[in-house]
Amino acid sequence: MSDLVLNSLGFLTSGFAALTWQQALMILVGGGLIYLGVAKDYEPLLLLPIGFGAILVNLPLTGLMDEHGLLRFFYETGVLTEVFPCLIFVGIGAMTDFSPLLQRPSILLLGAAGQFGIFLTLLLALALGFSELDAVAVGVIGACDGPTAIYVTSQYAPHLLGPVSVAAYSYMSLVPLLQPPIMRLLTTKRERAIVMKPTRDKVSTRVRILFPIVVTVITCLIAPKGAPLMGMIMLGNLMRESGAVARLVGAAENEIPNVVTLLLGLCIGATMQADQFLRTTTLLVLGLGMLAIILDTVMGLLFGKLMCLASRGAINPLIGAAGISAYPMAARVAQVQGQRYNKRNYLLMHAMGANTGGQIGSVMAAGIMLSILQGLGLG
Amino acid sequence: MTKLEFGLTMTLVGMGGTLLSMWALTLVMRLLRRLFPEKAAAQAGHEGLGGQS
Repeated sequence: MSDLVLNSLGFLTSGFAALTWQQALMILVGGGLIYLGVAKDYEPLLLLPIGFGAILVNLPLTGLMDEHGLLRFFYETGVLTEVFPCLIFVGIGAMTDFSPLLQRPSILLLGAAGQFGIFLTLLLALALGFSELDAVAVGVIGACDGPTAIYVTSQYAPHLLGPVSVAAYSYMSLVPLLQPPIMRLLTTKRERAIVMKPTRDKVSTRVRILFPIVVTVITCLIAPKGAPLMGMIMLGNLMRESGAVARLVGAAENEIPNVVTLLLGLCIGATMQADQFLRTTTLLVLGLGMLAIILDTVMGLLFGKLMCLASRGAINPLIGAAGISAYPMAARVAQVQGQRYNKRNYLLMHAMGANTGGQIGSVMAAGIMLSILQGLGLG
Repeated sequence: MTKLEFGLTMTLVGMGGTLLSMWALTLVMRLLRRLFPEKAAAQAGHEGLGGQS
């Protein structure tokens, strides 16, 4: 009898005995992510489930990521099949108003310039010894777009999914801290104070309905591999602008992204197993990811300066920094910085235009990358 | 294909392709707005022209 009791007690303490220092460290990392989400309000909707997923998966003997484990099931069903990022895109499309962009189409070019960081980081990653496909996954952090980063990484470098997703989402929330110093460094006070005239032209309902359809057709003909991403974001937007499917829009704005965000966050956390996460590669990915977003901002601002010159001072180059996909944080940063140097400056709607352009640009850039990979026989 | 060739191909074709595609989209957006102008604005424009002439 005493042996049975001792054996049972031994079994109850086996979890403690199996816990390695690496797992304990990752549990602390998970706790840190939860702290950032809850106490610092950095993307709490994602960092909380990611942090908790990281804690869960690093508890020994739970088997959550083993075959038939709960988190393995979510991961295989939603991430490896790319269903989760695509569903999130339906929600993003349903929540995005492309009117500021349609009012001033030239701003869309800022959304393209904001993607330079992806390619420059890809080059750097290759120089640092990453394989071709791993470098693509690292570079795509520069899309500043969590679902796109997850989509590309889960296809080509699933072993980097943890660090890439954490970098993509945490740096996105750091945009208000990362961008202002670069904005001040690359623009003059005079440029920052430029007042952009409000666009009075309204966009007709027909144009707003046709826009997602036409964009889908054109972009998917150019880069068919990007169809799942562009198709879903534009489907969400079409539902919104049609005004005919209020129930579906409600679900796309709330229920679907809420459920998917929860499961996606858990799955990302589940990829942060100590033996896979605590590597030099992770630090490199995190460093390159930050560089990618900085380079995006630099190139967006430089392109903004070019447009400022070309328009004879009608465009404030600060909105160039909003040409990344971090929506709507980047637009808010441009507005705050612009108003700091000129109280009469209201850049928000223009910056929103560049920001929504950045969303299209990031998906377009990812789609083109995937198509090139296919063309090179790597996809 | 070396890593350098891969990187340069991705950068040139990728970034060039993105810029060109986005430029093409700006043209399409302008065309859409021209084909389907906002009714109220268009009407106001006509009234304004009528008044001037």
